[in-house]
Amino acid sequence: MNGAAPAVVVRDLVKRFGDFVAVNNISLEARPGEIFGFLGPNGAGKSTTIRMLCGLLRPTSGQALVAGLDVAREPERVRQNIGYMSQKFSLYNDLKVIENLRFFAGMYSVPAAELKERIDWAIDMAGLAGREQLLTGTLAAGWKQRLALGCAVLHRPPIVFLDEPTSGVDPISRRLFWELIHRMADDGVTVFVTTHYMDEAEYCNRLVLIDRGRIVASGSPLELKEKSMAGDLLLVECDQVGKALEELQGAPGVTDAAIFGNALHLVVGSADQAIPQVQEFLAARGIAVTRIEKIRPTLEDVFVSLTSLNRNEGNRDEGDKRDKGDKTVGTVTGREKGQP
Amino acid sequence: MNWNRLCAMARKEMIQIRRDARSIGIVIAMPIVMMFAFGYGVSFDTKHIPVYVYDQEKSQQSQDFVKRFQASVYFNVVKTVQSYPELVSAIDAGRCQIGLVVPPDFSKKLRSGQKVSVQAIFDGTDSNSASLGMSYTEAVAQAHSQQLQLAWLRGRGQGQPRLPVSVDARTWFNENLESMVTIVPGVVAMVMAVVGTFLTSLTVAREWERGTMEQLISTPVTPLEIMLGKLAPYVVIGLADTSLCAVMGVWWFGVPFRGHIWVFLLSTLLFLIVVLSLGYFFSVVAKTQLAASQVSLIATFLPAFLLSGFMYPIDQMPAVVRGITHVVPARYYMAILRNVFLKGSPVLTMWQDLLGLAIFAAVLGLAATRVFRKKLA
Repeated sequence: MNGAAPAVVVRDLVKRFGDFVAVNNISLEARPGEIFGFLGPNGAGKSTTIRMLCGLLRPTSGQALVAGLDVAREPERVRQNIGYMSQKFSLYNDLKVIENLRFFAGMYSVPAAELKERIDWAIDMAGLAGREQLLTGTLAAGWKQRLALGCAVLHRPPIVFLDEPTSGVDPISRRLFWELIHRMADDGVTVFVTTHYMDEAEYCNRLVLIDRGRIVASGSPLELKEKSMAGDLLLVECDQVGKALEELQGAPGVTDAAIFGNALHLVVGSADQAIPQVQEFLAARGIAVTRIEKIRPTLEDVFVSLTSLNRNEGNRDEGDKRDKGDKTVGTVTGREKGQP
Repeated sequence: MNWNRLCAMARKEMIQIRRDARSIGIVIAMPIVMMFAFGYGVSFDTKHIPVYVYDQEKSQQSQDFVKRFQASVYFNVVKTVQSYPELVSAIDAGRCQIGLVVPPDFSKKLRSGQKVSVQAIFDGTDSNSASLGMSYTEAVAQAHSQQLQLAWLRGRGQGQPRLPVSVDARTWFNENLESMVTIVPGVVAMVMAVVGTFLTSLTVAREWERGTMEQLISTPVTPLEIMLGKLAPYVVIGLADTSLCAVMGVWWFGVPFRGHIWVFLLSTLLFLIVVLSLGYFFSVVAKTQLAASQVSLIATFLPAFLLSGFMYPIDQMPAVVRGITHVVPARYYMAILRNVFLKGSPVLTMWQDLLGLAIFAAVLGLAATRVFRKKLA
């Protein structure tokens, strides 16, 4: 943000597991104090990348600098400068809340003078005051998540890596959690977070979209929405949505069509030209259009259009339910169909 | 090495052991159960062998003969039967291990100076006690014959006859030849193998299985701190369990303790390093608790049981097997323990065993520090 050295620098990072390329030549930079979002479907390589940045996996090739330190050369110094929260809850369930905190304070060598203050801070932050003596395993998911965050930042790391921190947590806890993330960012902490929740992606200062190990787009949420879609986006409400989708595939001027909720989203070259064309096209096939208008794309539209993972079902809030690479009936990917 | 992290690691491990019912059970119950099971259950002494007698004559002479068996601690004359089938069915059913048949002409033949044969039937399913029973039976018969002969000589006015050679037997270190005395040191070694290797084999694997390892290795803790922190509580537990076994052996089973306590503690510490390193090694390599615990039992319990000299004397093993025992660390520990408990001979006489143990402790301990990598794959 302020011209300081980047908190995270990744250059040409590659990770192969046998023949499978999990991370394919990724490069990126995260600036200090930024909430850096890493967005992509499951299996896209988000966790693999974050693990390489924390020194938990050895990259096949490429370089990663975290807090200015080469992760491959000085993993332990990197670890003193980061906090990491893995995708799966990984505190000790058979330890009490306070015992987990003390343990991780020990692991990070929190100085004795600061110990009490830091632990009190973490308990307060996680909303666990009065529950210090409970076994961690008995806590609800939202509390566990906040406790895990508390444990990961006891040593005030300048950079925090959060791997899908809110998966499996109720909406209220998710919002609370993002408030914590924002507060940390306000204090100058760089937060590197992976997610497949679109609404969460909107909270990030900067986003990288990753699909099948490759970066497909990057920028602020606003930039992505404005620049990453070729052409305009139309919302079409009509009867016989299924039939309409079928017919619109390959219709002139339509580069992409997908069902969103109970309506259709169409990617077209230019809205002004396409609206009458589509209306005419559908009317000729006996489909009555009740509403058609140009809309601003959401991140989800961008995501779907860029990751070619769109599908024709209305239910689209759970990215992890998507079948990778399964192009379902009724979708056309714009890039393949030739752009105007 | 950071003292803070090491202590935090050890404290966490101790809490987890305390909260895990299975670990606590093994730590506390295992030594006690094994001491009693081996102390009372396994006896290499054969005493009170059940005997059925079929006395076909029932004369004064035949009764005198049978009484000799009754008087011996090695036999227990359970019952006198009246027919062969009764005797056979008793052996079949395992009610007795020896069937003794005294012929109807026992006293007549004795009187006439003829040789008399007494039949003894042995249950050979347990060949060890059968052969022991056989030699005891022969010894009793011989003693009886000798007495009869002496009486006969005396009756012929030969005065006090004398036996030419006699053995004045004195057993050292285990004066009453009780096998318990030799078992206790063995049980100590076995308990150590189980507690040390089995329990530690779970520690690292458990972190992998529960997913806590990923969080742990994302902190600056070093592999050496992880290892030492995880093993420290088990050193304390191992020493406590060993002492418990020793105290039980001395106070309950009456085993002597003739050596120096510091030799006992030093060798125990060395053996602990051996078993803990092994357990840690398996735990890191196997990554699952099941696999790690099974490998650890096979690799430590069985050799400690079979090849350490606990069950079978090493001198009596075939040369190849005897060679193999040299790579069984329990062998050295067992030898030192037997010496410390029973002999109390000077430390220098044990230098070979102490050296063997020290070499294993050094090699395995170093290997264990190398095996863990702070990486997921």
